[in-house]
Amino acid sequence: MTPHDTPDWRRQVFDVLKAAGVKHIAYVPDAGHATALRLAEADPDINAVVLTTEEEGIGYLAGAWLGGERGALLMQSSGVGNCINTLGLVAMARFPFLTVVTMRGDWAEFNQHQNPMGQATEAALKLMGVMTWRADHAADVAPLLKGAATMAFEGDGACAVLLGQRLIGEKAWVQ
Amino acid sequence: MTMSGNLDRRAVVADLLRDRGGLMVVSGLGSPSYDVMAAGDHDLNYYLWAAMGSAMTVGLGLATAQPTRPVVVITGDGEALMGFGALATIALRRPPNLSLVILDNGHFGETGMQPSHTGQGIEFTRVAEACGFPTVDLVTERQGVEPLRRRIHAMAGLNLAVVKIAAENLPRALPPRDAVHVKNRFRQALGFSPA
Repeated sequence: MTPHDTPDWRRQVFDVLKAAGVKHIAYVPDAGHATALRLAEADPDINAVVLTTEEEGIGYLAGAWLGGERGALLMQSSGVGNCINTLGLVAMARFPFLTVVTMRGDWAEFNQHQNPMGQATEAALKLMGVMTWRADHAADVAPLLKGAATMAFEGDGACAVLLGQRLIGEKAWVQ
Repeated sequence: MTMSGNLDRRAVVADLLRDRGGLMVVSGLGSPSYDVMAAGDHDLNYYLWAAMGSAMTVGLGLATAQPTRPVVVITGDGEALMGFGALATIALRRPPNLSLVILDNGHFGETGMQPSHTGQGIEFTRVAEACGFPTVDLVTERQGVEPLRRRIHAMAGLNLAVVKIAAENLPRALPPRDAVHVKNRFRQALGFSPA
């Protein structure tokens, strides 16, 4: 596949969310989300909400849904650990929940301290009743996210799309 | 020494929710949810039963999605402490229709009245001021409640009030525990249908 054949998945994350009617993007930044976050912050129809910790996004999106609007949480895999107890709110009320998670501690990780949470991320989500899909190839990002958005917003599902480190690329030490 | 106030929490909340009109209410887990329930169940109440620390962020999302209606979050000092960072998040967003009311008895009342951080000197009014909340209020007398009620309905700016209540455990008034039901009736009251 030539570079011209590789979808711009970083942009597609935003485009798919926008097309799904998302009006709120709550986030703790990660480099892999930088493009989507830049687009969200620049879009006057999107409330881009920077959080101090990821579980704030679960409450925020539940409130937005009570008020009739759709949203998504963008975070890194380490943030999934911060969300565990709060995901009980999603489970008990069947709030639609859509999150896009950039992985660390997943493949070619230079900082082994990311590994424990990274290796537990998908299992932790499943333990709390969140359905998961993994994208390790650029071509998979848009269709997986689109399908997850359908199951979240049309079926009150809790849905996570994990973006693997093989997709994002190796993060190098910055000297 | 552990500090608490002397206001009757049930009377304060009943006064705040009088003539509520289109007011939307989010209550934090434990006693604040019982206080809101005791004032009268309502389709536009969303009671949290867990997810400690989330009441203020639920209020933020709701106020953002429904900018023409007033939203009040009624929670306790312990619940608000667990969502401490949310004050910074909310201060950046500044929805003018959002009011935060912290019923502060300086204790974790639900678990045996252990002293909380606010009972040992941490003042949410000062935290909110440091975060840049446009309006911060400390209510220690019953006369302070009616101005707060009017401010909640005015939608004239993000505001936070700390209400110093007595440290006492009152008989529980249990809200409905079926969260799907509470969610769906809330949305239906605003004209949205269940999935």
